[in-house]
Amino acid sequence: MAFPDRIERSVEIEHPPAKVWSALTTAEGLGSWFGNQATIDLRPGGLAQMTWTEGHKADMRIERVEEPNVFGFTWHIYGLPDDDPRRTYVEFTLEPVGAGTRLTVTETGFAQLPQDAHEKAFEGNTNGWASELGELVDYLNAA
Amino acid sequence: MLPDKEAIAEQVFVALADPSRRSILAALASGGPATATDLAQRLPITRQAIAKHLGLLADAGLVTPEPGERRRVRYRLRSAPMQVAQQFLAALARDWDGRLDALKDHLNQ
Repeated sequence: MAFPDRIERSVEIEHPPAKVWSALTTAEGLGSWFGNQATIDLRPGGLAQMTWTEGHKADMRIERVEEPNVFGFTWHIYGLPDDDPRRTYVEFTLEPVGAGTRLTVTETGFAQLPQDAHEKAFEGNTNGWASELGELVDYLNAA
Repeated sequence: MLPDKEAIAEQVFVALADPSRRSILAALASGGPATATDLAQRLPITRQAIAKHLGLLADAGLVTPEPGERRRVRYRLRSAPMQVAQQFLAALARDWDGRLDALKDHLNQ
């Protein structure tokens, strides 16, 4: 059995990196395709938060800001207690391809060792990344 | 370090693959710590079989025995191995593939 520590996916988007960058790193962008509302302090060490109308939220800590090529943040692992220190690292890489962009997302850290043992009933977001990427493309196409 | 983590997750998945052990874990998750006698009253499994399963689950570190009423041992779920399994499942639940197919379809329209 292998533990899936790393997820990587790429998608080509028919819009230039600057436009994709804006969708990834602004409150307006994140609040449109990712969450239903967002706040972001775009700098390494800055905080961002996305909220969904169903009531859940995601807190991110920004790690890398290299406009318009690399945007990285850490966030909580779904299903673990809110105060659990385990976090995965998400990094978006944008490469120009013709008039468009190859967007790669990697998420790492699922296999990190637990630091403690809190009690928690499991809840998850099974749509997760998949639906976010689809909504990003919808958002860019509508803009 | 990884083999330990894999071994922990594997213990959880092996336990969950067995219907009796799965129902015991589900009962402990739903109702909290319980004795083998408590569980035998709630599940269609004999008390002897429940005691055997609880012993195996305790050996695997998935439940922990603690003193209960009337000197009976009661068993409590251990969340730590469940959280390791949850990390595994969290990676599986991202489901990029189906959405990327849908994304390509969308872009090709």
